[in-house]
Amino acid sequence: MPEVIIEVQGLKKSFGEVSAVRGLDLTIFQGEMFGIIGPDGAGKTTLIRLLCGVLEPDEGSGRILGYDLIKEIKEIKSSIGYFSQRFSLYGDLTVDENIEFFAEIHEVSDYQPRRERLLEFTRLKPFRERLAEKLSGGMRQKLALACSLVHTPKIIFLDEPTTGVDPVSRRDFWKILSELVQEGIAIVLTTPYLDEAERCTRVGFMNQGKFMAIDSPRKIKNFIEDKVIELVPDEIRRAYKLLKQVPEIKELQALGDKLNLLVKDEQEVMPRIYQSLEKEGLKIKSWRVITPSLENVFVALQKIS
Amino acid sequence: MSHYKKFLSDKPMSENVIIVNNLSKKFGSFTAVDNISFSVAEGEIFGFLGANGAGKSTTIRILCGLLSPSSGSAVVAGYDVNHQAELVKTRIGYMSQKFSLYEDLTVKENIIFYGGIYGLSNAQIEERMGWIVEMTGLSGSENRLTRELAVGWKQRLALGCAVIHQPRIVFLDEPTSGVDPVFRKNFWELINQFSEQGTTIFVTTHYLDEAEYCNRLMLIHRGRIIAGGSPGELKEIYITNPILEIECDSALEVLEILQKEEWVIESSIFGTYLHIMVRDELEAKHKIKKILSEKSINLKRVDKITPGLEDVFISLIEKPEQSDRL
Repeated sequence: MPEVIIEVQGLKKSFGEVSAVRGLDLTIFQGEMFGIIGPDGAGKTTLIRLLCGVLEPDEGSGRILGYDLIKEIKEIKSSIGYFSQRFSLYGDLTVDENIEFFAEIHEVSDYQPRRERLLEFTRLKPFRERLAEKLSGGMRQKLALACSLVHTPKIIFLDEPTTGVDPVSRRDFWKILSELVQEGIAIVLTTPYLDEAERCTRVGFMNQGKFMAIDSPRKIKNFIEDKVIELVPDEIRRAYKLLKQVPEIKELQALGDKLNLLVKDEQEVMPRIYQSLEKEGLKIKSWRVITPSLENVFVALQKIS
Repeated sequence: MSHYKKFLSDKPMSENVIIVNNLSKKFGSFTAVDNISFSVAEGEIFGFLGANGAGKSTTIRILCGLLSPSSGSAVVAGYDVNHQAELVKTRIGYMSQKFSLYEDLTVKENIIFYGGIYGLSNAQIEERMGWIVEMTGLSGSENRLTRELAVGWKQRLALGCAVIHQPRIVFLDEPTSGVDPVFRKNFWELINQFSEQGTTIFVTTHYLDEAEYCNRLMLIHRGRIIAGGSPGELKEIYITNPILEIECDSALEVLEILQKEEWVIESSIFGTYLHIMVRDELEAKHKIKKILSEKSINLKRVDKITPGLEDVFISLIEKPEQSDRL
């Protein structure tokens, strides 16, 4: 059994009238990449901040890396890294100087070898003399990650790390995260992108300040008992309109060149679908039952809450 | 040039609301847009993809009549961007990821404000108000301050404001960056409704899951168009190297071993599995089985997986020799 590195019970946090986290339990193990997903306002960012010791909980207790969440905040902060969208780099300092600055904040005295390693790792070495404000979005984000790793944390918390980043930088960033996991660093992240959540070892779906489900991306999909059909009609717009009228289709989604249908039983509903399309002269080019996506799970979980 | 037709819609010219011919834009010695041609049909949901600095924003600014091209032509909603830029502006709507709403105005006041900007009369604004409020699902929230709305609702309001003057084309620049999946799904349903009514949707996005919602896509790289087609066609035509998903014990250890193999092009951990891009599927499967059995590591399965649009995108722009051939 891997070592428990995060364990919290009954965590609560309110801001005035708004309760952001309402009695939450969570256990995270060594070597995990744990993804927190959920609608806007679910309490994801608040939870991350509570776990980092940036916010103090109103109620509840916990241990992060063995340190008490209330009494040993200083120890916690020095052994974790925290990265958010608002991570402030200094635009008028160079890449090198930014890392040096964060090393000093974290009281890392002999930071040079670590810096070389981080620059190597984030492939920022050729740009080390460049001012942070002159970096592209993707490079800035990698520098921010490097800065939050300067004190060799054992856990790193990432709050929406890839929002607004282009696909190439995003892929690059995930490669770096994968390397961090290989080094034994645990990662806890929030993301609005469910394809990123698929890359996590476990995913927690959060709504209204609580976890509604926690499991591996594969197992969490068992939550969906319905079948998802991917159907390619010859005329997508007309097919969409016609299928909107079929009551057995619980959900219908038009993508660019195909439709996704949520149904109880494909054997039962397919004849009905064929009938309603063929009656209007439309053809089905192909159809198949596909694995539900995390988006299907997300929609279903949100509905019941 | 066999792929060239992919950049053209298959509608007759009269139904094309955007026609771009040999368009270029230079800033000093830098060519931001390099001789591109394409067309977009009425009612189409058209996705314009590219990394940062690929020439996306420059192209959009030209099409919106905000920037004049160095050479070539573009006809947007029937008007020439070279000579009729002001008319172009009246026939298009624009919404960016920063949706420029006034936070301290109410929903209703924002709609009135945008109606005024687009030169609508009070009577017209009144008429469109009801339609926008209903379409966006904001009925009952008309008098709420915009800053009190959740991001997803702001986004719907911004779209409503961008179409108040019933433009023929609406340009959406990274429309759903950072909103939650349910809002994103609902937003695309709204976009589909507009497109059904004949409004053409021109979307730029970074987020390739979102590109799946588009009828047709075009990929721009270093100012040039390097690929085009429907999402399904792109995955078929621009075949990437095979990607294998491996389920095995000690995934991290296996990853380390495989990373050293020259036939592994890319590798990363994906949940509890590994994803590796290889040169040849059969060769790789054989070698994986051999290596793991030598190390007595339990291999549960190796499967080839369908590449996503992101894989296609990355493989296209990382192969400059291939894009030069097109």
